[in-house]
Amino acid sequence: MSHHTISVRGLSFAYPDGTQALDGVSFEIGHGEAIAVVGANGAGKSTLLLHLNGLLTPVQGTVDIGGIPVAKDTLPDIRRTVGMVFQDPDDQLFMPTVAEDVGFGPLNLGLPPEVVGARVAQALARVGAEHLAERPPYRLSGGEKRAVAIATVLAMEPSILVMDEPSSGLDPQARRRLLGLLEGFEHTRIIATHDLDLAAQLCERTIVMGAGRVLADRPTADVFRDDELLAAGGLERPLGMLACPVCGAGTPPAGA
Amino acid sequence: MSSVATGLSALDRLDRLARLESPVHRVDPRAKVITTGVYIVCVVSHGKYDLLGLLPFAIFPVVLATEGGLPLGFLGRLLLVVSPFALIMGAFNPLFDREIVAQFGPWSVTGGWVSYASIVLRFLLTAGAALVLTATTGFTGICLALEKLKVPDVLVTQLLLLFRYIFVLGDEAGRMGQARRLRSFGRRGMGWRIYGQMLGQLLLRAFARAQRIYLAMKSRGFDGRVRVAQRLHFRTADLVFTLAWSAAFVVFRLVDVPLEVGRLVTGLSG
Repeated sequence: MSHHTISVRGLSFAYPDGTQALDGVSFEIGHGEAIAVVGANGAGKSTLLLHLNGLLTPVQGTVDIGGIPVAKDTLPDIRRTVGMVFQDPDDQLFMPTVAEDVGFGPLNLGLPPEVVGARVAQALARVGAEHLAERPPYRLSGGEKRAVAIATVLAMEPSILVMDEPSSGLDPQARRRLLGLLEGFEHTRIIATHDLDLAAQLCERTIVMGAGRVLADRPTADVFRDDELLAAGGLERPLGMLACPVCGAGTPPAGA
Repeated sequence: MSSVATGLSALDRLDRLARLESPVHRVDPRAKVITTGVYIVCVVSHGKYDLLGLLPFAIFPVVLATEGGLPLGFLGRLLLVVSPFALIMGAFNPLFDREIVAQFGPWSVTGGWVSYASIVLRFLLTAGAALVLTATTGFTGICLALEKLKVPDVLVTQLLLLFRYIFVLGDEAGRMGQARRLRSFGRRGMGWRIYGQMLGQLLLRAFARAQRIYLAMKSRGFDGRVRVAQRLHFRTADLVFTLAWSAAFVVFRLVDVPLEVGRLVTGLSG
């Protein structure tokens, strides 16, 4: 049984104030797949992500990670398997220095200090942030914060990466670097995003959500050509798939 | 709100000073925390009218600041910024305590003025030592020392997170203040009522952020204890630092050094 699969069945969730955030969501994700979760604001994307490592408990339905149901007694295993990168890096980087922050997860896994040191160095090198190790997180730029936030998760060596809006607030070059980084990962990836060009470039498959339901679960290229579906999801075609507004040239290939 | 920004940038600079290299910076954080603790106890336990006896204590912050290569002007300005607290605390002493304790020609000095001066001096000494401690050890170093000295984890975690998020909170407050100023004209929109509502907003935002941070911590296996990998080494030099300074403070506390020196000098000349 692979650790890298996700199976969500009939998942429903309502917040204590009565807001029905998820309503019968089901999908399967296989080993090494990269999936985009798209949809308008308030469609339930973030709520869905919080279920994938047991931060929220379903009102109805189940979530299985690598065949193991997400439940109270499996949480430590699930959280080691599923690495979660939050939308605001300031929420994720809470330790006084970058190195300590990246070491936070591995230390909590009970690894010996030498191993933690190696993991920290490795994770920072992977995102190209070795030189930031001793810096306090609050003085990093947006792009640096994002890279380090990803390193904090990589250091736990998860099989699955879950990311909420990884490209929000980044300048074009920082976004380009992030894309290159994410493309190089062999983890199973789930990316909730409004950056449809990112989805088009990184993800073979896209789940469109609307009002807590799955509106579509199809190959990405297929989803972004379905204007009716996009409209229903509060979306538009990615810029990379639109004709050039200046020269009027035809549709360039996705992600160009 | 700009005073908030000024305060935070001072805090930031203080923390950056802690990354300098000097013999004082290299002393183990635990040694510095314990020594400063002994120092504070010795200083504040002096008698109400003690003034001269306090003077030798100034050696500790001054020596550490110079040896640590700290900018004295910056530390002095910080001391001034926090001193109104002490100035107000003792301000009524001269009014209530009018007993004359010394006479210098036409000027008589009342007990109230002496005790007031003693309060201010004690404040300057202890606050100065705390600033020097922070500027040579860093907030994180102090937290680490407290953890190793068996201070409860909850407290240390609180301090660590406080230091991390005070900057985020300050930025948020700054942005809110800016947004208000941009849409306030003259007195309209700048009243206390709005101010109160903004503080409420800030509190709610802080709650929401705390919730998100907690989720991020839980995702990475947080179980109520923050583990820090940095290991400290308490060397013989650190022990000597702690014992020598502490012994000096106890001597300063028990023996009125300026008085004894004066006696010695007048004894020799007489």
